[in-house]
Amino acid sequence: MSQYYIGILILICINLLAVLGLSLMTGFTGLFNFGQAGFLAVGAYTATILTTQYSVPFVAALVAAMVISVLTSFLVGYPTLRLKGDYFAIATLGFAEVVRLLVENLEKITGGSRGIPRIPTYTSLPFALGASAIALWLVANYVRSRHGRSCVAVREDELAAESIGVDSFRYKQIVFAINAALAGLSGGLLAHYVGFIQPSMFSIVKSTELIVMVIFGGMHSLTGAVFSAIVLTSLPELLRTAQAWRLVAYGALVVIIMVARPEGLMGSWELTPANVKALFARLRPQRDSELSSAEDVELRSAREGK
Amino acid sequence: MPLLEIRNLTKDFGGVRAVDHFSHTLERGGLYAIIGPNGAGKTTIFNLITGIYKPTEGDIAFDGEDITGQVTHQIAQKGIARTFQNIRLFSEFSVLDNVRTACHRYARYSVWEGLFPTPRRGREERELAERSSHLLELVGLSDRADEVSKNLPYGHQRRLEIARALAQEPALLLLDEPAAGMNPDETVDLMAFIEEIHDTFDLTILLIEHHMEVVMALADDIVVIDFGRTIAQGTPDEIQSNPTVIEAYLGTEETEEGQYATA
Repeated sequence: MSQYYIGILILICINLLAVLGLSLMTGFTGLFNFGQAGFLAVGAYTATILTTQYSVPFVAALVAAMVISVLTSFLVGYPTLRLKGDYFAIATLGFAEVVRLLVENLEKITGGSRGIPRIPTYTSLPFALGASAIALWLVANYVRSRHGRSCVAVREDELAAESIGVDSFRYKQIVFAINAALAGLSGGLLAHYVGFIQPSMFSIVKSTELIVMVIFGGMHSLTGAVFSAIVLTSLPELLRTAQAWRLVAYGALVVIIMVARPEGLMGSWELTPANVKALFARLRPQRDSELSSAEDVELRSAREGK
Repeated sequence: MPLLEIRNLTKDFGGVRAVDHFSHTLERGGLYAIIGPNGAGKTTIFNLITGIYKPTEGDIAFDGEDITGQVTHQIAQKGIARTFQNIRLFSEFSVLDNVRTACHRYARYSVWEGLFPTPRRGREERELAERSSHLLELVGLSDRADEVSKNLPYGHQRRLEIARALAQEPALLLLDEPAAGMNPDETVDLMAFIEEIHDTFDLTILLIEHHMEVVMALADDIVVIDFGRTIAQGTPDEIQSNPTVIEAYLGTEETEEGQYATA
């Protein structure tokens, strides 16, 4: 496999990590987070500073990036998670901008707007693949647990959830923290894949790109999150020959999907053995009729041959 | 010790006094009702008991413990469950999941165990599923367990909301206009259902209702409120013959000539 395709696969894994957390938070718990790039930046800069300036081992630096990112989520979440939907979304937007401006202005530590060059490219495909597979497994477990159900209950009706004893604030903090951990990891991996970071990589454009992935794939489906991380990461690359038009095509595709299927590609469908079986059971009668018509054609042509 | 003791409960919204020095005592096992005209403050009392609103004045003791000012989920965990006037189900959930989400008492596994499929988690989840199915059987919804709850007929949605409240295994159940929007047949079914759960689950029930026949047939004790104030309390017979109550519901009967008799 050429280096180019390996690169795309690594990027898919990195984006998937950030999208998984966002799917859990925005799709399953109903907390719109427009500041995911802020957490990516926290992770990227923490890990990079540790590996480049303090020669901390890569894995330890990633763990530190996740921890710092989670701590940040508590700091941001404590005053903002009690806000109602739209206000919380705006608060996350503000948070990401604050992070970006801090990074730009703390020149001594972060290199300012010029960024940090020559980061060792430790992120390998097996590592990125392993990390995102484990993350997917953990998030899928969480969604199916009683805690996952409580999160969805908060999304469906917060007052009703509180009335049956669900501590909605606590569950919001938990998913915000899980999201921050995954985004921090994603940022750390990104920095050590690209080999170079600067504040403009973590602007609102990045946050939007990630939330579009969640909505595109289906807000209530992890399968959708995986699918759209794969498609929407590789699509702009595969369309590269079309040059400037590729971004137009990308945007048009997203618009078409949102108009034709507002619940996202997968809606709330999940790729589980039971669901796959049910899907095939629905498709089977159709196939039988196709088969019989094919047989008919054979019979007829045989007769005509006579 | 009474199960619930409300003393001088008062709630102001700006200049409006929605509940005015309301006091009430619920003994274990009773079936109580609060009635009153629209806007009398009945639902506000429920919202104060369940911690959705903070009282301006007064206090509430549940099972001997002062719960005034506690937040909604804490009060729910102590054993007060409720339903809402305009049904609030988790509408995208299946019928079973609505009930399962409320069955906390049988699953204690931690958030960490939510991330990993540990044996304890498996065991507790199985028990949770069993309990929920059992409960659906009791309320007669087991044949619809897998249906998305928003697709249920109205009467069944009411029943499911009550089932979800029962899943918490509460000591006190607050029903906010359970018969609202029901036709006479559904209302009769519902009354039998409330009586049945009152007996089988060993519950204390406090209900708000507009349908007089429901209240008169079910409740042992009725409180009538108007403009946030208690105007009468007693058995159904006492209430039916109470002149103050008749006045609040039907208006004053004018006897002077030239005035309209509104009764």
